[in-house]
Amino acid sequence: MAKPSFSSDIQKEKHSKVFWALSDSWVLTKRSIKHITRNLDQLFSVALFPMMFFLLFRYVFGGAIDTGNISYVNFLVAGIFVQMLAFGANYTTMNLAIDLQRGIVNRFRSLPITRSSLLTGHVAADLVRNMISGLIVIGVSFLVGFQPVAGPTDWMLVFGLAILFSLAISWISAIMGLLVKSIEAAQWTGFIVIFPLTFVSGAFVPTDTMPEALRLFAENQPLTHVIDAIRGLLVGTPIGNSGWLAFAWCTGIIVVAMPVATWLFRRQTLR
Amino acid sequence: MGNRENRDEASNMLVGENVPAKNAIEVKGLVKSYKQLKVLDGIDFAVKQGTVLALLGPNGAGKTTTVHILSTLLLPDSGKALINGLDVVKEDDKVRGMIGLTGQYAALDEYLTGIENLHMIGRLYRLRHQDVKQRTRELLELFDLVEASNRAVKTYSGGMRRRLDLAVSLIASPPVIFLDEPTTGLDPRSRLIMWKIIKQLVSSGTTILLTTQDMDEADHLADRIVVINGGKIIAEGTSDELKQRIGSERLEITVAEASDFDEAKKVVDEDGLHFDVKRRTLSVVTKGGVHQLKQVLSDLDDAGIEVESVSYRSPTLDDVFLTLTGHTTEQSNGETKDPPKG
Repeated sequence: MAKPSFSSDIQKEKHSKVFWALSDSWVLTKRSIKHITRNLDQLFSVALFPMMFFLLFRYVFGGAIDTGNISYVNFLVAGIFVQMLAFGANYTTMNLAIDLQRGIVNRFRSLPITRSSLLTGHVAADLVRNMISGLIVIGVSFLVGFQPVAGPTDWMLVFGLAILFSLAISWISAIMGLLVKSIEAAQWTGFIVIFPLTFVSGAFVPTDTMPEALRLFAENQPLTHVIDAIRGLLVGTPIGNSGWLAFAWCTGIIVVAMPVATWLFRRQTLR
Repeated sequence: MGNRENRDEASNMLVGENVPAKNAIEVKGLVKSYKQLKVLDGIDFAVKQGTVLALLGPNGAGKTTTVHILSTLLLPDSGKALINGLDVVKEDDKVRGMIGLTGQYAALDEYLTGIENLHMIGRLYRLRHQDVKQRTRELLELFDLVEASNRAVKTYSGGMRRRLDLAVSLIASPPVIFLDEPTTGLDPRSRLIMWKIIKQLVSSGTTILLTTQDMDEADHLADRIVVINGGKIIAEGTSDELKQRIGSERLEITVAEASDFDEAKKVVDEDGLHFDVKRRTLSVVTKGGVHQLKQVLSDLDDAGIEVESVSYRSPTLDDVFLTLTGHTTEQSNGETKDPPKG
């Protein structure tokens, strides 16, 4: 049996703080991405849930909804796409809560690593999962009659905005994951926030038939701006200020939520 | 018990014959409260480099809290803790680079394989890639996990998890290791394997602080034992010193009829008599060997008390507590429970 070697046998690498911050985040992102491939039900459920809404709205409610001069399926795709991104972010809440409940977070905390790297890892893996689910949703939409007019630049912009939105909502989810007391709570908190936000928006219906107060909320909340911008890019509906507003909202959320989540994570160490 | 001489040799080699060993861990006046509950009420101890210290105590004594403060997971309310001279509060980042922690619950990633867990933590300790790979191979070999190394941890047994967990905390060969109840919940065979590994670690110069509820385990592994209860140290010394106070072996007698129990207590009226009404057992420290045994049995026989069984056993944590505090661990810890771990 080999003897455990002395500590002097092993060299620690010398690099800058920034290098290690990136390295730590990358190691923990790889970990979370491996979870996706080994836990395929998460990936499928992220794609499956919006898919059910997709088919429900496309074939059951869609015929009764008046979207003016574009077909309902063309109206719907942007809404479903953004809803899928929002639901997907709930896995940041869940996976973070699971880590916190189990002993592994104590191990990470006892290591000489950059504190925020565990959060970054979950958020980054969430982005990967969302991009895969996003491709599935877009793929299916073509099967049910989606006819986009977007050119390559428009698709690039859609892709970029989707990344920005996914990051923004994942960082909010990270905060929720740090605040919930149990894994069960993590499962429903996401939906409590995300359900009203996706339904009281321009995701599934035009907002102009809603009661005044609801309409004001729906037209001014970030999800509607993101949806309007993506819809405009995909099928050519007027975007107005939504593009800039969507960009500003998402960037603003990231700028605020990232340090808040990191602070919360640090604070929990110092109980 | 058999390995103690070897270990002393090894630690002497490390520090040299005449150089006094430095303290790898120093704790002074540590206090920690959760709301109203004082979990640590002024703890002081020191662990010399290359030695093992066991924190012995029941649930809620403050063992895990102490380990969490020393491994930078918790801030103390007051007091000081140093690891190789570095303050765990002010120089926490440096401290993290030189410690390994194995908690009560295996801190592993269930979806990753054994190898992936080791690689991940090795890289987070900021070791070079080639060192991570080499250490992973060595540790898998040492902990008898080579065959299972490519399987996801969720398929591992309890003993395998515990072994991998310890292996992971050793990946960077940290000079100081914290083992929080390393064998609680393990079957006897896995427990012996863990003991063997811990002894090997110490013989290579690692300093270990382990917590346990098991007197026998502390006796087997530790150079010094600190008995703690309700956040306070109630005894400290080498295993032999403690045994001098509590007796090394106990003669235990089980009375056949519960109705005879009170009478039996009067008959066997010796110093250090411990009894357990539920199990109908009486125990005394052995002194006179066969003579004492004969005497006790004939006294009981004279009083007409039937004896169900007689045995010799080593002292338990309860014996330690009865001797030192006059009450058992359950009585002394009725109202103090461990704070939620996490």
